[in-house]
Amino acid sequence: MLDEALQSELQKRGIFVTSLDEIYNWGRKNSLWPLQFGLACCAIEMIAAAAARFDMARFGAEVFRPSPRQADLMIIAGTVTKKMAPLVVRLFNQMPEPKYVIAMGACAISGGPFKEGYNVLKGIDRYIPVDVAIPGCPPRPEALLEGLIKLQEKIAGQRLIGPGRARHADAGDAADYPVPEYGAHDLVPPFNPEVFAPDPPRRAGA
Amino acid sequence: MSHLPASDILQTIDVSLGPQHPSTHGVFRMNVTLDGETVTRLQPVFGYLHRNHEKIAEGNSWLAAMPYTDRLDYICPLTNNWAYALAVEKLAGLEVAERAEFLRVITAELTRLQNHTAFLGFILGDMGAWGTALMYAFREREKILDLFESLTGARMMCNYMRFGGCRCDTPPGWIDAARAVVDRFPAFLDEMEALLTGNEILLARLQGVAPLSAARAIQGGMSGPLLRASGVDYDIRKADAYGIYSRFQFRVPRGEVGDCYDRFMLRLLEARESVSILRQALAAIPEGPVVHPKAKQRGLRPPAGEAYGRIEGPKGELGFYLISTGTDRPYRYRVRPPSLINLTLLEELCLGTKIADVMVILGSIDIVLGEVDR
Amino acid sequence: MSDVVEAIRRAIPGAEVERIENPGPSGQHSLLLGHGTARAVAEFLRDGQGWDFCSNVSGVDWPARKVKETLVRKDVVDGVEKEVKETVEREEPGYLEAVYHLYSVAGKSGPLVLRMRTPDRAGAAAVPSLTPVWKSAEFQEREAFDLFGIRFDGHPDLRRILMWEGFEDFPMRKDYVAPDDCEYEPTPHDAVLERVNARKEPA
Repeated sequence: MLDEALQSELQKRGIFVTSLDEIYNWGRKNSLWPLQFGLACCAIEMIAAAAARFDMARFGAEVFRPSPRQADLMIIAGTVTKKMAPLVVRLFNQMPEPKYVIAMGACAISGGPFKEGYNVLKGIDRYIPVDVAIPGCPPRPEALLEGLIKLQEKIAGQRLIGPGRARHADAGDAADYPVPEYGAHDLVPPFNPEVFAPDPPRRAGA
Repeated sequence: MSHLPASDILQTIDVSLGPQHPSTHGVFRMNVTLDGETVTRLQPVFGYLHRNHEKIAEGNSWLAAMPYTDRLDYICPLTNNWAYALAVEKLAGLEVAERAEFLRVITAELTRLQNHTAFLGFILGDMGAWGTALMYAFREREKILDLFESLTGARMMCNYMRFGGCRCDTPPGWIDAARAVVDRFPAFLDEMEALLTGNEILLARLQGVAPLSAARAIQGGMSGPLLRASGVDYDIRKADAYGIYSRFQFRVPRGEVGDCYDRFMLRLLEARESVSILRQALAAIPEGPVVHPKAKQRGLRPPAGEAYGRIEGPKGELGFYLISTGTDRPYRYRVRPPSLINLTLLEELCLGTKIADVMVILGSIDIVLGEVDR
Repeated sequence: MSDVVEAIRRAIPGAEVERIENPGPSGQHSLLLGHGTARAVAEFLRDGQGWDFCSNVSGVDWPARKVKETLVRKDVVDGVEKEVKETVEREEPGYLEAVYHLYSVAGKSGPLVLRMRTPDRAGAAAVPSLTPVWKSAEFQEREAFDLFGIRFDGHPDLRRILMWEGFEDFPMRKDYVAPDDCEYEPTPHDAVLERVNARKEPA
């Protein structure tokens, strides 16, 4: 990127120099439109974060869109149950690129306190890629704002060309993430191996 | 069940309202069949937030179920805690410390205040007022959540009640801070009433919508503000006189018609009664321990038997049915969810109304999905 | 409680009603209803005794269990009559239960607890539905059917309510085993580690 000292020198003289990546990402990160999609208790803290005291509008994420076609950020706020999981994936598929996912709360990250449940999906990252995970049960509205800032930093660092470019900059075919189906005992498949491939578990200290 | 003769209906539309919908108060789904804009059939679909609370509680100790009760009706965690503690105290024959009884009443009525405030915001949002009333409502709610945070350590998910008392005592100055919040609350209610109660649009959208008779309300198992809006004089705080509610003077408001306007106004009146109870409780709270010395928390093994304990939660009757076989974990742990049972008559209430009214009726029932699906 | 039983027996001759003692300190004893007269007894309680508010309907699972009993009997051993202790193991059959809690709005009293038991936990797990008597039982009986597998005969719309339509198990039963859906933790509890290592191939 550009040398920051040179940039600020020029700025003092009234000359603004930037790169296409920077200004494009600056516009995108400061106008994220979340999908109006609260699942459980974390949704109340999400509403509180959008309310007057914590004010998510300062970060540009004020416009909650009811339709996934108009949203570019999905905040999974709350427990994803197995009954709800196919619908979450379908909603994510309906969002146009560039799209981001924040997993808010312990339940969205890994099942949270309800991990033992037979109807609880142990983390939404089993089916869709998650960009930022915010721990907490529920995370305070300030924590959600910090997660939003981290996402903004991630977006600011995304490149449009070259290797390692952002997902949406690929001109190739963007396939939908496969939607799981209701099986007789569990969802089929129980997770998406392309998205969810953690390291095999090992004993502590090993 | 349709109110029109079949020959008059040319084509009906099936709409799935939810589970992702701005006005369904969470992941609630209604399969609605419409004739134009009029509802001819409504089938609710539950289970999108079924988190297996009852099964998890069977595998953990009695005390370990307390944080899970926070997450039932997640807008009112402290009353959920009290209902569970009450049921266990009935099951094990425990007594409650005096100061704790006052703290329970104070936190429960503060919870009722912030629930009815949030209800105001949500139902106005359902009617299309976007976020305006919600901003006002959440502004007031934050003041009460600050009190909860300094008392219990968390804004929501307080996990504050214990068997025989409360988890910890109030920090210095808390009673005065609570008194300050309570004294300023009627001014907020006046502000909302001035803005809302005479508002033409609100009157047009709420009055006469989905009236519910008293007999039908009792038959359908309605409880809480829904039951009283239909004219039934039944408040569990008076009927069961649990805790120390018999020591406080308060009225139980009742509606006449049982339409959405009655349910809306009733909650505002109930909030005023809660302010009155709070004033009395904050003035009379004694010193003392906050847990009864004989009550056991960890390793509690209630004698074999069963008990059903219930309270008047802000949404209705919240009850816990517990069966113990003498071990350190529940044999059967059942939550009686007011929100689910209040939805029993949803189809009846919505038949013949317009689809816009469906959202208002659902909003006036005031459900929380954590409780409906558990 | 006993006057309620007498009133029921007077009003409905041949009513199958039995008082079940609750051993705990709560003092909430219950009435066990037989299937044949359950609906009639419920209607009498609602109309004649004022129990108009059905507050709660729960399912309970009591699996079959082995009970060891020590019987003492007199027997002749080596020509001498003495007491012989014999330990007999028998199996108590399991059953499912539907428990109803009733309240009276006008009388502000309650709870009156009713119970109905199924003959077994398999093909004959059915009880009569009390939804025609108290509409508030409708969703709760559906939930007991969904999670326990208790069939309620006479229910207007008996289908699953919380789990999805194709689900085949009854999760709240004591012998339900949750599907092994590959819990992964970086530093797992022993139980999780054992289960994962027991898997021959990554699932």
